[in-house]
Amino acid sequence: MTLDYSSSFHYLVALLPECVLFVGGMGVLLAGVSKTDEQRRPELGWLALAVLAAAAVANGWLYSVSESGATAMIAVDKFRLFANWVFIVGAALTIAISLAYVSRQRLQAAEYYALIAFATVGMMVVAASRDLMIVFLGMETVSIAVYALAAFNRRDPRSAEAGLKYFLLGAFASGFLLFGIALIYGAAGSTNLQAIAVAVQDGAAAGGLMIPGMALLVTGFAFKVSAVPFHMWTPDAYEGAPTPVTAYMASAVKAAAFVAFARILFVGLDGVYDQWFPILWWIAAATMVVGNLVAVVQSSIKRMLAYSSIAHGGYLLVALVAANDAAAAGLLFYLFVYTVTTVGAFAVVVTVGRQSERDTAIEKYAGYGWRRPVLGTLMTLFLLSLAGFPGTGGFMAKFYVLQGAAEAHLWWLLVVLVLTTLVSYWYYLRVAWFMWMKEAPEGAVHRVGGATPFAIYVVLLVCGGIVLATGLLPGAAIDLAQGSVEGLRHWVAGTAPAH
Amino acid sequence: MATSYIPLLIILGVSVVNAVGMAVASHVLNPSRPTPQKAMPYESGMIPLGDTRARFSIKFYMVAISFIVFDLEAIFLIPWAVRMRELGWGPFVAVFLFVVVLAVGLAYEWKKGGLEWD
Amino acid sequence: MPSSSSSGATAPFADPASSALSEAAALPVQQAAVWEPFLPWMVVLLPLLGFVANGLLALVSATRSAAAVRAGGTEDSLSLDGGRPRTHRWPTYIGPGVMIAAFLLAIVNFAGMLGADLHEPVVAGPYWTWLATSSLRIDVALHLDQLSMIMMLVVTGVGSLIHVFSVGYMRDDPGYPRYFAYLNLFVFFMLVLVLGAGYPLMFVGWEGVGLCSYLLIGYWFADREKADAGKKAFIVNRIGDFGFLLAMFLLFDNIGALDFVSVFEGAEAAFSDNRALVTTATLLFMLGAAGKSAQVPLHVWLPDAMAGPTPVSALIHAATMVTAGVYVIARSSALFALAPASQAVVAGIGALTALLAATIALRQYDIKKVLAYSTVSQLGFMFLAAGVGAYTAAVFHLVTHAFFKALLFLGAGAVIHSLHHAFHETGSKADAQDMRNMGGLRAKMPVTWAVMGIATLAIAGVWPLAGFFSKDEIIWYAGAWAGAPGNANGSWYVVFWVVALATALLTAFYMTRLMVMTFHGRSRLGDAEQRHVHDSPWVMRAPLIVLAVLSVAGGLLNVPESLRVLVFGAAPFEWLHHWLEPVTHAAAEIQVAGMGEAAHQSPVGGGELTWALISTVAALAVVGGAFAVLRKRLYRTAAEDADPRTGLALALERKWYFDEAYDRAVVRPVLALSRWCWKIVDGIVIDGFVNLAAALARLAGWTTSLFHTGQVNTYAFVLALGVLAVLGAVYLP
Repeated sequence: MTLDYSSSFHYLVALLPECVLFVGGMGVLLAGVSKTDEQRRPELGWLALAVLAAAAVANGWLYSVSESGATAMIAVDKFRLFANWVFIVGAALTIAISLAYVSRQRLQAAEYYALIAFATVGMMVVAASRDLMIVFLGMETVSIAVYALAAFNRRDPRSAEAGLKYFLLGAFASGFLLFGIALIYGAAGSTNLQAIAVAVQDGAAAGGLMIPGMALLVTGFAFKVSAVPFHMWTPDAYEGAPTPVTAYMASAVKAAAFVAFARILFVGLDGVYDQWFPILWWIAAATMVVGNLVAVVQSSIKRMLAYSSIAHGGYLLVALVAANDAAAAGLLFYLFVYTVTTVGAFAVVVTVGRQSERDTAIEKYAGYGWRRPVLGTLMTLFLLSLAGFPGTGGFMAKFYVLQGAAEAHLWWLLVVLVLTTLVSYWYYLRVAWFMWMKEAPEGAVHRVGGATPFAIYVVLLVCGGIVLATGLLPGAAIDLAQGSVEGLRHWVAGTAPAH
Repeated sequence: MATSYIPLLIILGVSVVNAVGMAVASHVLNPSRPTPQKAMPYESGMIPLGDTRARFSIKFYMVAISFIVFDLEAIFLIPWAVRMRELGWGPFVAVFLFVVVLAVGLAYEWKKGGLEWD
Repeated sequence: MPSSSSSGATAPFADPASSALSEAAALPVQQAAVWEPFLPWMVVLLPLLGFVANGLLALVSATRSAAAVRAGGTEDSLSLDGGRPRTHRWPTYIGPGVMIAAFLLAIVNFAGMLGADLHEPVVAGPYWTWLATSSLRIDVALHLDQLSMIMMLVVTGVGSLIHVFSVGYMRDDPGYPRYFAYLNLFVFFMLVLVLGAGYPLMFVGWEGVGLCSYLLIGYWFADREKADAGKKAFIVNRIGDFGFLLAMFLLFDNIGALDFVSVFEGAEAAFSDNRALVTTATLLFMLGAAGKSAQVPLHVWLPDAMAGPTPVSALIHAATMVTAGVYVIARSSALFALAPASQAVVAGIGALTALLAATIALRQYDIKKVLAYSTVSQLGFMFLAAGVGAYTAAVFHLVTHAFFKALLFLGAGAVIHSLHHAFHETGSKADAQDMRNMGGLRAKMPVTWAVMGIATLAIAGVWPLAGFFSKDEIIWYAGAWAGAPGNANGSWYVVFWVVALATALLTAFYMTRLMVMTFHGRSRLGDAEQRHVHDSPWVMRAPLIVLAVLSVAGGLLNVPESLRVLVFGAAPFEWLHHWLEPVTHAAAEIQVAGMGEAAHQSPVGGGELTWALISTVAALAVVGGAFAVLRKRLYRTAAEDADPRTGLALALERKWYFDEAYDRAVVRPVLALSRWCWKIVDGIVIDGFVNLAAALARLAGWTTSLFHTGQVNTYAFVLALGVLAVLGAVYLP
């Protein structure tokens, strides 16, 4: 069917995955309060997974729906649908690694899974929006849910601290974002991305409001993707939050911000590329350098992975700076691979920590590989993929981003990317080195007792399989990604940029 | 276009001058003869004991949040209700869904015991 | 879903069913000629499945024996739980089973192609896209044409026989499942090599067979010498692989594609004004081929590769993998035809290799070494054929050589197996592979003697066995192209022709020597050993007999018109030549356009029939003469044979000092350089820089982490500073 938004009903169709997931999330919430039975926690998780599966079906169905024109508030294009796959996969994997954790930590299961569902709804809205107001709405939906998730473990003061810091700084940054949107509206007279693009083409950038608006918008998003120097909240929030939530924040939440960022920059603000190019150039370079350098000196694996996620944000920013189809496809591919790899790595962290926040020091991984060969091997695989080792998905992802950057002649950023990647091998392989090359200290025997939950094994195998598949046979995934960015840029006739 | 904002600017200026002027004027003009009685927090009142940062029960927050939610609901519903007939079915469905979502929230709060004081 | 890219071929032999159908549907006749390959991917996949299954069994077996060792037991998993464990019983069926199934599928496809009269290659697939960048796209697909079909039949057919033979040969080896896992994996990669629809996929197979070759040469890795032989094979092959890769880059740079169909279509146009480039590319391919096919000067690894189990030598180092170089050149014939200089190099290297290896084979005592040098020599013949543009002859010799050389190796394997068993029983430390320890085995092993005799006559080129036709054709073409009117290198081709003739006679001689030393004369075994020597079990004997039949009849594949009188007209006229025509005609046309038709007589006169008769008479004379002379000679056993050799004999026994020369010229300088790099460059310069960089990075990281005070107001302050910086950047450009 074709949507033209002549009737409100069309909005419901266009937002079908969001609706399904939202209603399902409310169902999980109500199912949780209707029984006070403590033993029902895992069932709520499975229910949430079923809801996600239904949303995935709806997302797949949307491929058969087309829209007339490409200017409506809600986009039904492949870019959005690909992003939705990333969010759904990220959320599903997060829920799967949370099942045992939530029971063990006696968290409020219904609220926990419902918040993940609601945050995912927000991400999908973000990916679907062609209007700055909807972007803001979606971003806030995500943020508020994730503030609560970060502070979810009420018995742990560090979790509360993480949530509070994230909330305070996030609200601060949202203010900038909203102010930027307001200024752009003031300059362009509309919050619709295409209308903004047309206005820019007609000279709206000269008015003195557009450029500061763009700058504030960029800083707001730079905060959401934790780019340097707006990254300060990230390590504290990631370290304090419950580990599965950290996985979710580092993967899906970041992906949502990048998807929205890409659409706004490529579609709405393409006409002022020359103005945002230097800002993002420097932010990307600084993010790669600082993220990687500070990761080197971390002693907690969660904090190390937090800085690593900052660094990966830097690589993804390079794709934004390149601003061509190859880089956009690389961005999507990268987000998918990175999401899967990150959740996989955190699945191991959760398991090593025995479904709690113990043993997050990297020293605790000494000798772990020999004790738990399957987990150790997969963790090594994930770390290698994060570092971008050939044969893993991480390598192909970096490769495609580099290809886009090379097409845009961003040689210096390329050099920074490659050099900082080399630095990153150090701290990734350090964990592997502890796992395989160091003997566990005497007496500090890992309590292997208690089998690894079944769901974690499934997650690990799925993640490992995807990492290897995208590394060895990236053809299908990159084809999908390349097909998903067709027409993302230059929708407005005659706005081919000069660069 | 910018000229139409000039009255706004004038009002802004007048109000700032007014507020600052009154505060400064009272400080400058009134005579200052402090005595120990005058320096007390409540002149001629009780001397306060204990910390000013008293804790409130979480129950007050629960009520406050519920109040704000339904307050906002009213803000959304009234403009719609005024023009309901002209707007037709589309907005009706939208408002209906909005109320349903709120109802789910209320049901959740109820079951959680958020409406009970004790 | 396999899809067919062939089109437009008319079908004189359309099968009745489909032509009836086409009449009924009033379709054009062309439609009926399209041939749909039947599950071609299954042929490739089956050995891979075998590898997975056998590999899992090998893992289980290894885990068990490791557990047994930890428990203080033996690591010999064969004696773990009394009887033969399942891990050692199942591979017997899985290993040869998948091979035979693949062979049957190959036959079905062959029959289909036979009936289709195909003029264009059929590309099955693409099954998936391996890699896609903006300019390079590599699809995984199978290239099915007459050439790859022949290779597929040889690989799966001879492979099946050798798998069956291995069941007997490796029966008592503790690593039985691992052996079959490697062997299946090898066949998988070999099929990828010959069926892959482009150079990149071919390269995957190329590297894969190299890997399996390494694994199987070093199969008994506990023996340091054997493990070293594996490494040597791998390293020497790397040199060739480097050439292959560079050639691929060159092709991609100039043609913009790497799949065979596009490359061969685009080659002539791409290289029309720059013949030097295509010469470079083909020479680089030649380097790769020389590495894989053990041509001078990269031949040194193949004799050492005999450290692997003998069936491995038969399959990998005689019948299939080492012929990959010939296959690459035949496959790239359209490129080589554009570069006559490269062709001359190929022919020259081939002739040189054939001669050198044959002379070395004269003075070797290890039965497998003789066969190894014989293989190198015969590969030289194939290169010579490819170098004179006689691709059919090269492939023909490849096929017949696969038959009789596999037979020779398996026969030698049977002898070694038997002697090894005998020495083992009697506790003798003698070398079961040294021919000086054999002699007079004919009476004990009549079947082995008979089949090896047939193979010897075949390789010596005695009418009417397989080698006669294939070798004769190579020699004939070398001479005939020497007389082609436009051949600028004509005088060289005369030399090649003479060398080929001489080598053919040497071949007859050293093979007769092998037969005599092994099977005839006085037995040099002790009486105790004699009692344990006997023919092999049926599982080993049956493949020998099948191969013997093929060695006899294989020559009928391609009997030239002028020689048909020799087989009384019993064979179709040049069947293989016609079969391969669609693959080779492009090269042939370019070649004829370049230097005209080949002459119809040899450089010194005489037609094909004359020279065929001369060569077979000469071969028979050499065989007979050598037999008569050598049979009377009294050889001493290896332990007693201590006479110092001198002069030519020493040079031949030392294999023309190739290993020594490499040691002096390459190995020692590289080692010295490595040591210097390690001590000075690595130890001081690089480590210094790395440590400095590491210290700086840590310092920078530590400094930056100081900003992370944990205070929200600090964070907010930095955030605000960032916003100010961005705004400043906007306003103060």
